[in-house]
Amino acid sequence: MAGNSKHDEHHIVPVSVYLAVFFTLIALTWVTAWISTVDLGPLNIYVALSIAIFKASLVVLFFMHIKYGTRLTKMIVGAGLFWLALLLFIVMIDIGTRNWIGVPGR
Amino acid sequence: MASESAAVASHNAHAHPGYGEVRHHFESYEQQKDASTIGMWVFLLTEIMFFGGMFMAYFVYRQWYPTAFASASLKTNLWLGAFNTTVLICSSLTMAMAVHSASLGKRLLLVGFLIATLVLGGAFLGVKAYEYHDKWEHHEIPGEHFECEGCADAGHTPLFFALYFGMTGLHASHMIIGFGILVVLIWQAYKGKFSAKWYTPIELFGLYWHFVDVVWIFLFPLLYLIDRSGQGGLH
Repeated sequence: MAGNSKHDEHHIVPVSVYLAVFFTLIALTWVTAWISTVDLGPLNIYVALSIAIFKASLVVLFFMHIKYGTRLTKMIVGAGLFWLALLLFIVMIDIGTRNWIGVPGR
Repeated sequence: MASESAAVASHNAHAHPGYGEVRHHFESYEQQKDASTIGMWVFLLTEIMFFGGMFMAYFVYRQWYPTAFASASLKTNLWLGAFNTTVLICSSLTMAMAVHSASLGKRLLLVGFLIATLVLGGAFLGVKAYEYHDKWEHHEIPGEHFECEGCADAGHTPLFFALYFGMTGLHASHMIIGFGILVVLIWQAYKGKFSAKWYTPIELFGLYWHFVDVVWIFLFPLLYLIDRSGQGGLH
């Protein structure tokens, strides 16, 4: 398989990496819970989702071993996220802009 | 020709290797494992789109009825949600450690971490059941007897609760399925079916379990957090 020159050798992630990821995830969970009680106006949703995306990336990269995965696996994951982004983005462009022009029966 | 048929015969003799060995159509354990990993990820992509549709519905209705969503989401219990997120992250750590133990060929550690994952997953579902029961008591389940006390735009709040139960329910059903698989894996691990050379089912189940964790990492802010203060709505 391309980009996979080393034969029969699997990458073993050190326990310290798992623990570092774990404690970061726990800390961010309580930080995001606390920040949600602080009124940041329209920023609340962006802060909460940014923290969620960062946490999810940590899980995917380290717990799910994508950081150490083959290029093909990385590409497949990227393709899936791209497709999800298309769904969310294009629909929200429609939903978010419908009121811009006062067309009856929009 | 004779040598070729001899080769075919010897090939057939090895055509059905035992459980956990390299299948004849793969060159090595590494290649076999890569193929399995890719297969699992393709399955997970279908899961991303499965959940993605519900996230999409959530974003659309939240955009249309921000007031109803803001007041309905206050009915969720922030600290129970944060506690449950913590429990699920702990179960992800024990799962990662299970895969780690498997890769080192440590049988009893593997069994121990798998059991810990099962217990933590059970704790998560227990808290979830408590939350559902709470919603039931407060008539916050969409239907004939639905009420949302003190909610603004109460007519549209059932939409929030329908999505709440739909999304957390789909998530919980994934965990229940994971439970069944975990029990089988614990038994197999105990029986010594896995080795440092071959532990693909553990590795792939790990991917599934972490995926379920990732879904919750997004459900938590969307259902519990983002409208807790201020008015909400995408601006």
